[in-house]
Amino acid sequence: MSLFNVFDIAGSGMSAQSLRLNTTASNLANADSVSSSVEQVYRTRSPVFSAVLNDAQQGYKQGGVQVRGIVESQVPVRTEYNPSHPLANPEGYVFHSNVDPIAEMANMMSASRSYQNNVEVANTSKQLLIRTLQLGQ
Amino acid sequence: MPINFDTALGIHADALRARSQRTELLASNIANADTPNYKARDIDFQSVMKMAASGQSTVMETTHSNHINVSNGQFSSPAIQYRTTVQDSLDGNTVDEQIEQAQFMQNSVQYQASLNFLGAKFSSLLSAIRGE
Repeated sequence: MSLFNVFDIAGSGMSAQSLRLNTTASNLANADSVSSSVEQVYRTRSPVFSAVLNDAQQGYKQGGVQVRGIVESQVPVRTEYNPSHPLANPEGYVFHSNVDPIAEMANMMSASRSYQNNVEVANTSKQLLIRTLQLGQ
Repeated sequence: MPINFDTALGIHADALRARSQRTELLASNIANADTPNYKARDIDFQSVMKMAASGQSTVMETTHSNHINVSNGQFSSPAIQYRTTVQDSLDGNTVDEQIEQAQFMQNSVQYQASLNFLGAKFSSLLSAIRGE
């Protein structure tokens, strides 16, 4: 019964989108983080999504989505000359994270919309299944 | 006259099966709305119904023991087609969330319609059996 697979698919979509929301929250929380070295400064993190396609032997089936990993943005970090800063390095520089709060807010809205879509799909499928169970009564 | 469920239920059982698989396809499209390079897919419902109406099998048949059963009760791939995009996106994803949502809604209403048809068939069978 393929309607049962819909729950797996929608569930995988929800968990992927919640992970995306999680990274967005982490990015926004660290938007003003500073560090005394380029290596240690916080960089924007984003998840990489990929489609799960079932084994060809199993038939031409549909799959959900999976998170392949989380990548850090390679955009150069902002450097500021501020010798009085407690985290300044011996040359007097502090390094700011490369988080773009506006892009993160847009990302957050997109993730929450996609999450809601998946919830709606699961809900509708549940109603269809319940009605199928009541068939002939 | 023997009562045969296949003839009594008509096309509605096939329609319900096609609808439920379409639900799965559309759910997969919606789940992958943000996946780079994912291509949205859909079932060509008309051709599936035509195959079912003409008594043609909608799944691939195996005529030799060495044949791999690729369909496994699912539709063979000709019934599943890729959607044409209205707007292309830079990441190669062809899912349009609005279209998918509208299609999903339409499909679920049609699924319920098929359920109603089947339910009516069952109740008419029941009243024929009871003779009330």
